[in-house]
Amino acid sequence: MNVAPSHSKSQAWLEFLIERAIQIAGISAIVLVALIFFFLIREGAPAFTTVPLTSLLVTRWYPIEGYYGLLPLVLGSLIVTVGAAIFALPLGLMTAIFVGEIAPSWVRDILKPFIEVLAGIPSVVIGFIGMVALSPLIRVALDIPTGLTAFTGALLLAWMALPTIVSVAEDALDAVPATYRDAGLALGMTRWQVIWKIVVPAARTGVLTALMLGVGRAIGETMTVMMVTGNAPRLALTPRDLFLPVRTMTATIAAEMGEVAQGSQHYFVLFAVGLTLFVITFIVNMAAAAVVFRQVKRAERVLS
Amino acid sequence: MTIQNKGSDTMVNLALAWAERYQALYPEARIAVTGGGSGTGIAALINNNVHLANASRRIKDEEIASARANGIDPQEYIIAHDAIAIIVHPSNPVDQLTLQQISDIYSGKITNWREVGGEDRPIVRLSRETNSGTHVYFLEAVVRMNDPHNRTLFSPDTLLLPSSEGIGAEVRLNPNAIGYDGLGYVTGDMKIVAVGLDAAGPFWPASVELVTSGDYPISRDMFIYAAGVPEGPVAVYLAWLMGPEAQKIVLDLGFVPYQAEAP
Repeated sequence: MNVAPSHSKSQAWLEFLIERAIQIAGISAIVLVALIFFFLIREGAPAFTTVPLTSLLVTRWYPIEGYYGLLPLVLGSLIVTVGAAIFALPLGLMTAIFVGEIAPSWVRDILKPFIEVLAGIPSVVIGFIGMVALSPLIRVALDIPTGLTAFTGALLLAWMALPTIVSVAEDALDAVPATYRDAGLALGMTRWQVIWKIVVPAARTGVLTALMLGVGRAIGETMTVMMVTGNAPRLALTPRDLFLPVRTMTATIAAEMGEVAQGSQHYFVLFAVGLTLFVITFIVNMAAAAVVFRQVKRAERVLS
Repeated sequence: MTIQNKGSDTMVNLALAWAERYQALYPEARIAVTGGGSGTGIAALINNNVHLANASRRIKDEEIASARANGIDPQEYIIAHDAIAIIVHPSNPVDQLTLQQISDIYSGKITNWREVGGEDRPIVRLSRETNSGTHVYFLEAVVRMNDPHNRTLFSPDTLLLPSSEGIGAEVRLNPNAIGYDGLGYVTGDMKIVAVGLDAAGPFWPASVELVTSGDYPISRDMFIYAAGVPEGPVAVYLAWLMGPEAQKIVLDLGFVPYQAEAP
């Protein structure tokens, strides 16, 4: 008689534990981000008190002589990331359209795993290929002084972001109801018109999310960028600078953190660079979330 | 007894390699190696905390004075040399450069190979990262030409590559490139440019022989300072460092061995 209630009691306990475990797992991500943020502030904030603000705003980064200008690094990361996004959007979208809408299913079955394999290639391997194979090609093809440029970095990052963009964008295209396509075809549209005028616009929220996720990977990528962009802390102000070497924030932290004396000015400034990177990534993500949110609401209004 | 050895970060890998080999040969020996920089090592020597200090610069007079005030008479040993070779693509027709020209190239005053007798090509400057001891030495000895009042900096266009392999790959592949690195990192598929003090010459290419003879201009001595005339295990270790086995390690790590005939 006692067996049944105790059994259900233990089951309730188990359920309670599982629920809590899931809750903790969910919250841990937020806690972790908050901890990283506080750690960065704690280690990076002294940079703004021990180093005069004016020397953080100079246009020169040369830490061993006390030049801590952050601008070349911020612009360096920016030009590489924007470049990567410009290459990745058409490449990723077209690949997703081909895989999801055009390719026969057997081609799709071959193509999808191969695109996903791309995500598994270590960034140091991609960087090495970029350094010895791609950069000489780019130097000769574009007739520029060196192939170690922001352009080379952007191209490789676009390639690295491809698996993320393709799988998320393809899911978004897939989620567009078949009735939309049928309606278009019934109205006498060609297959291309259906894809370009109906399916892609209907899936644009997902496509944008895909691009943001891909770019999110690009801005934080370190190893590849450090190997192929030349790391020259130039001030990249014009689009022409895409074809010249740049130094990104991530590469700077990676290259210099290992040898810096803990508690020195240089140490604090490197954390300040990390903090800047964190804030920029945060703003990009928030902006993307806001855009996606607004578009969802509009789409819901239109459909209802 | 543990031999305490501290100092130059440039030499720390060398000192570790020596200590490992020595302890493998003589299991009863104990050597503790730490880095921290030449100044740190010499300060520890002055405070009588170490037996041997590694330094990639000569001890200063005031450092000798403060050591003597503490009852320590530093003994100097030149243990190896470090030469920096200037390297370019094998197809580059430029065979020689003066120190002033190299300084002007790296500071950004000279931007085309035509200005130093080469082809009409832009110059791509390659350097090690700023945390490398080689970078700092090159800044002081070449870009600033050993003038302590000279505050010239590397041109911001200088590519800072994280490894010797990065410099090697770009020099091998790019005819516009100029780079520098320790002689031990230079391979046969790069071209070594001869360096002269003035345009009249003579010009010397980096080589083990010219570094040993003291002619090659971009090389520095690497010192070990002992706290007083070494005795017992320290003297035995120091003698081993001067010997062929330790000097072979010097060559393996990209430095130039000290030669026994030097004083």
